[in-house]
Amino acid sequence: MRLRPFARHFTLLLSMTALAGLVHAQQNQDFSKVQIHVLPVQGNVYMLVGAGGNITVQAGKDGVFLVDTMYAPLADKIVAAIRTISKAPIRYIVDTHVHADHTNGNELLRKAGSTITGGNVSADIKDSAEGAQIIAHQNILNRMSAAKGPDTAPSAAWPTDTYLTDEKDVFFNNEGIRVIHIPAAHTDGDSIVFFRRSDVISTGDLFTTTNYPVIDLDRGGSIQGFIAGLQKIVDMIIPVYGQEGGTMVVPGHGRLCDLGDVLEYREMAVIIRDRIQDMVGRGLTLEQVKAAKPTVDYDPLYGSTTGFWTTDKFVEAVYKSLKDGKK
Amino acid sequence: MKNLNWTAFAAVVLITTTGIPFARAQVNLAGTYAMTLDEDFPERLPGPEIGDYLGIPLNAAARAHAEAWDASLLTLPEYQCRVHPIDYVPSFFNIRLWEERDKDSQQLIAYHEHHEAWGTERTIWMDGRPHPPDYALHTSQGFSTGKWDGEILTVTTTHLKQGWIRRNGIPRSDRAIVYENYIKHGEHLTWTTVIHDPAYLTEPFIRTRDFVESPGLQMGAYPCESVVEVVMPKGKIPHHLPGANTFLAEFPARYGIPTEAAMGGAETMYPEYQQKLKTLPKPPPLKK
Repeated sequence: MRLRPFARHFTLLLSMTALAGLVHAQQNQDFSKVQIHVLPVQGNVYMLVGAGGNITVQAGKDGVFLVDTMYAPLADKIVAAIRTISKAPIRYIVDTHVHADHTNGNELLRKAGSTITGGNVSADIKDSAEGAQIIAHQNILNRMSAAKGPDTAPSAAWPTDTYLTDEKDVFFNNEGIRVIHIPAAHTDGDSIVFFRRSDVISTGDLFTTTNYPVIDLDRGGSIQGFIAGLQKIVDMIIPVYGQEGGTMVVPGHGRLCDLGDVLEYREMAVIIRDRIQDMVGRGLTLEQVKAAKPTVDYDPLYGSTTGFWTTDKFVEAVYKSLKDGKK
Repeated sequence: MKNLNWTAFAAVVLITTTGIPFARAQVNLAGTYAMTLDEDFPERLPGPEIGDYLGIPLNAAARAHAEAWDASLLTLPEYQCRVHPIDYVPSFFNIRLWEERDKDSQQLIAYHEHHEAWGTERTIWMDGRPHPPDYALHTSQGFSTGKWDGEILTVTTTHLKQGWIRRNGIPRSDRAIVYENYIKHGEHLTWTTVIHDPAYLTEPFIRTRDFVESPGLQMGAYPCESVVEVVMPKGKIPHHLPGANTFLAEFPARYGIPTEAAMGGAETMYPEYQQKLKTLPKPPPLKK
C-alpha cells in the first residue's frame, strides 16, 4: 500500500500523543556521546554502527538506500555519516521490524531524503517527492497507525510503501534488492533485505551477535518462526570456502558477519529450542525449565541477568511459544 | 659526488651493516616446514575421544557445550568444509611462511602463512597497524599483529570466529584472544599458542607444536566440496540432550580414569592433581 502524503494530516494529533510510547525504549540513553561508525561491507553496501540497531546503507548514482533508522536523536549524526559515503539523496528506507531502536529515526531520516517521482505525479501533487519512501511489511504500518498501542507513531514516521506478499523487489543503483518477509519470527512484521549484486543480507533482529533471540510474543513472534528465518538466511548465503567470505551479513545488533556466525547462532537457537521442547513434552513447568538451565552453555555468549532481554525472558518466550504450539 | 654528505653516508653504511637502529628480525622465519607428530599424536590425527577434557581449563558452560556435541554435526553439508581456526591449525600438516616487504624501504610489512590443511592462510602484520574495531568481521584465522621479542616472533590475534579447543565439542568463543610465539632453533620451529577465552576458559590454555624446516617440501591443494552424506530434515542440528549422551562414559571407562578427572578443569592441568587423582574412584570397565 502506498500512503498518500495528505493522509498524514488526519493523524497528526493522534500521532503526537503516541510519540511518548514510541520513544520509551530510548529513555535513559545519553545520545550526545554516541558516535556513528561507518564500516564498508562490500560492493555498494556499508554498515552504520551506533546506538540501537545497525543501519545498512547502499549508495550509488541513484541515491541512498537505508535499512532501519536507529533513534531520532541520532538522525543528524546518521545523516552526517551517510554524507561521508554519498552526497546523493536518501531515496528508500526499509523497516526490518517495528521496534523503536530500528524505526525511531524514520521521521527525520525520511525528511532528509526525497522520493523519486516524475511526470504527472510531480506536477499534480507537489509534496509527493517530499521525504524518502519507507518500505515495510503491512503489519508494521498496522501497528504504527493503530489508534492506541505501544508502537503507535506519528504519521510522518509510518511506512509509505507496504507489502503483504512474501517479498518486494526494488532495482536501485544498478542492483536488485529483495525485501523478504519472514513470518511470525522476531515479530509478525519482519523483513530481511538482500542486496543481490553486492551480495549482502541485512537481517534486522532475526540475527544478532549480542543477545539471545528476542521473540516478541506480543507482536506475533515465535521460536519456530525465528529458526525458520535463520534457516532462510543460511540458505541464501553462498560462502567462498567452508563457512567464510562470499555473502556478508549485517546483523540487527553486533558485528559484521558471514555464514559461520549465522550457523553458530542457528545452532544455538535450535539446540535450546529442542531442549525446552523436550522439557515441555515431559510436562515441566516454566519454573522447572528455568531451574534446569537449558541455556547454560550459551550464557557466556548471549546471556544476561539485567536489561531489556534477560536469559530468563528468553527461556520464558521459548517455553510459551512452544507451549502455545505456535509453529 | 661533490655534494655528498660524508657524515650521512657513513651513518647509512653503519646502519645497513650493523642494523642497530632498525627493529629488525634476528631470524628469518620464511620457509617451508614439515609437521612433526611426536606431541599429542592421538589428539591430532586420530582425533580426541568423546568426553576427554583432561588438562583443559574449561568452565561449566564449555563442559555443557561439549557434552551436548554430536559428531554427526559434521555430516551437515554446511559444516563439512569448515576450516580449523588459527589456534587449532598448528596441529595439522605442513606450513609455509613468507615475507612481504616494502619494495623501496625493505621494511617488513607482514608474514604470510599457508596451511596445507584446509588450505587456509593468515597474515601477521608487522607494520604496527592497529587491530580493527570490534564491529568488524571475525574470521577463522582472525586479525594478527606481530613483533619481535629478541629472536622470538610474538603474535596477538583478535577477531576470531567461534572455534574449538578440541575436536570433541569443547568450544572456544569469538571473544578469545590468542597469543603465539614462533621460536626458531636451527632447522626446528616451535609454534606456541596461548588461548585466553573469557567465555569458556578459567585460565589460559597453552599448546605447542613442532615443525622441521624442509626446503624441498611440496604442498598439495586442499579442495573441499560439500555433499549430502546423511539425509536429514532441513534445519536439524544433531546434538545430545542434557544427560542423554551415553558416549561420555566410554573414555574414562576405557582408560580407567576417574570420571571427575575426565571432565577436566584448570585443576587437572597441574602436577599436584596427581595426588588427588589417586583418591578418586575409578569407573567400572566397559561392558563388552
